Amino acid sequence: MKDSTYRSQVLVCGGTGCVSSGCQEVMDALENELSSNGLADEIKVVQTGCHGFCEKGPLVIVYPKGVFYCQVEPEDVEELVAEHLQNDNIVDRLLYKDPVTEESISNYEEIDFYQKQQRIALANCGHIDPHEIEDYKEQDGYQALKKTLTELEPEEVIDEVKDSGLRGRGGGGFPTGMKWQFARDAQSDKKYVICNADEGDPGAFMDRSLLESDPHRIIEGMVINAYAIGADEGYVYVRAEYPLAIERLQRALDQANEAGVLGENIFDTDFSFELHIKAGAGAFVCGEETALMASIEGERGMPRSRPPFPAQKGLWGEPSNINNVETFANIPDIILKGAEEFSSVGTENSKGTKVFALTGKINNTGLVEVPMGISMKEIIYDIGGGIGDDKEFKAVQIGGPSGGCLPEDKLDLPIDYDSLIEAGAMMGSGGLVVMDEDTCMVDVARFFLNFTQSESCGKCTPCRIGTKRMLQILERITEGEGKEGDIKLLRRLAKNIKSSSLCGLGQTAPNPVLSTLRYFEDEYKAHIYDEECPAGACQALLGAYVIDEEDCVGCTSCVDVCPVDAIEGEKKEVHTIDPEACIVCGSCVDECPTDAIFQE
Amino acid sequence: MDCACGNSEQNKEEYLAPLREVLKNYDGKQKDLIPVLQDTQEEYGYLPAEILAEIAAGLDLPFSRVYGVVTFYSQFHLEPRGENIIRICMGTACHVRGGSKILEKFKDELGIEADETTEDLKFTMESVACIGACGLAPVIMVNDNTHGRLVPDDVPEIIAQYE
Repeated sequence: MKDSTYRSQVLVCGGTGCVSSGCQEVMDALENELSSNGLADEIKVVQTGCHGFCEKGPLVIVYPKGVFYCQVEPEDVEELVAEHLQNDNIVDRLLYKDPVTEESISNYEEIDFYQKQQRIALANCGHIDPHEIEDYKEQDGYQALKKTLTELEPEEVIDEVKDSGLRGRGGGGFPTGMKWQFARDAQSDKKYVICNADEGDPGAFMDRSLLESDPHRIIEGMVINAYAIGADEGYVYVRAEYPLAIERLQRALDQANEAGVLGENIFDTDFSFELHIKAGAGAFVCGEETALMASIEGERGMPRSRPPFPAQKGLWGEPSNINNVETFANIPDIILKGAEEFSSVGTENSKGTKVFALTGKINNTGLVEVPMGISMKEIIYDIGGGIGDDKEFKAVQIGGPSGGCLPEDKLDLPIDYDSLIEAGAMMGSGGLVVMDEDTCMVDVARFFLNFTQSESCGKCTPCRIGTKRMLQILERITEGEGKEGDIKLLRRLAKNIKSSSLCGLGQTAPNPVLSTLRYFEDEYKAHIYDEECPAGACQALLGAYVIDEEDCVGCTSCVDVCPVDAIEGEKKEVHTIDPEACIVCGSCVDECPTDAIFQE
Repeated sequence: MDCACGNSEQNKEEYLAPLREVLKNYDGKQKDLIPVLQDTQEEYGYLPAEILAEIAAGLDLPFSRVYGVVTFYSQFHLEPRGENIIRICMGTACHVRGGSKILEKFKDELGIEADETTEDLKFTMESVACIGACGLAPVIMVNDNTHGRLVPDDVPEIIAQYE
């Protein structure tokens, strides 16, 4: 962003990640330091949305040079102001260091984490002030809407979206242009546009970041959609767990209404569109489109059977189009730059980019946007910086509770909607959770089933009872009570639940089990037949603790912490654990300074 | 609601006054049910039965419909809540980075199980699916504050901040 009245701008990342790393204290310190040095009129401090590199927060970028500082503490601010902002010297110790060469990198675009990314939906995130509509407008904001309303017919807008090849970013991957066409073709005086921001997949936070960092982009996408299908009212359904997103979106709505890009007679045309925010109340199933509509209507969020589809009979029985946050975020670019440019990125059937939330046992956690067709290996190793703590990669979980786990030999797979389904996973909302050798795949399957089972709304029997039965079997296996026939039974239950559940939640709930069975069946067998957990994660299957004689330094830390006095030993002598008395609580392992305690 | 002072009518009206204010902001239709419940819970801290009955009357809905919605969504509570709400994330990223150890430590320190409230009404502890701050796993929220990259030893200090 540029603002000519200031000679320099300091951008402080205010995404949720950096907020909890203490960016507010850094902001305050910066503002204090600047005003006590009489620089407040020359240098502007801006709180932006999420820059994506949550691992290294709080992030600070100083323009005009665009110098990228990471893990900035309030104590660093004095030096930063004196050296960089007064003497124009870059503060080397706060720069990002390349993990291999240990060289300092001042331009963030040269950091591995950003190099392979291509940002369309996230283009403004971390670069503009989400509180100011003017900042968005400076980046060609609302130009796509102006073009739509003043130059294009509704059919032309839909054709452009169809030609772009954009597919729904919320999980299913249905072609967006077709969805719009269905809603346009429905005959009615009243139609609705809905934005699904009920981001409930554990391990995904891109919708949150988009709403917190660039709320106007979503509004613009929705108004364009409304014009295309002929709707005059819309809702953004946001999870109640995202208070900051709701606050910033509300502010953006107010500004947009005032600026005449939302509300009555937008851009002085006869097109009007009214937009509301609806806060969810904590139910994962409301991410399903028909359940979400029931929730807006004030009902329990239970899915309805389809057909009729929402495009015919949606909210309050009227034709409605519902898209995910990230889908809407792509619309302004498609309209402004054209379908051709958008579809030049990606693979044959999956165009454009996808935002992934990169988390788990990986060095660089954060939010990344990459072209479709990139390999998982590039994301995990080039962008994510590989696996931490010198551990071995084991699997990557993609697509949340509807998705699956992919093993190492699938890492070269080019990521798109279809290749992932073929491999037994799915794009889902784009959570990528990396797992290392310490993660037990049976336990991961149990974890997801526990989630879907407790979030099942209970309307249809296959999902309500089927997921419960699958969970019981998985719990048995992880507790060492697995028996012959369990694997076959899991597969049969999975098949039936998938084919007979009412909505997407049930239809995809067995996927984490099926994909781990497909790639890690040996691990299930080890639990069932050998009563062993190869990853050493399932407590019930682990043996007694022992102390390595070579590594023990005789510090008595473990003796002191053991709650049942099962450890004996004098200072500076090797300690021993009485396996009969040990309750396998693990307290001693956490306490041992030399990692000398392990399980047999 | 019965009151020992004998002036129960007046007391009841005082008790219901904040709810009446909330209802004034809405049209009294079914679509307003969830926002009304959210605003009311904000006022009272939880949703007692007599309040739900008033909401049902105010929106012209059967009590069963209101009760059904309240018990469907995890955000609504029928019991009093602690002054501070601790949400411990049990999402995927937190799970693989040791979120359950954090939960265990909180259980030990507070002497309550998940979804329970301490006797002094200081803390309510919940385990939640994902709070969307996976980059900081394992992570918790206390009220609106996020605390990330935790190890079990951080727990006592966090509790002390809110005591």
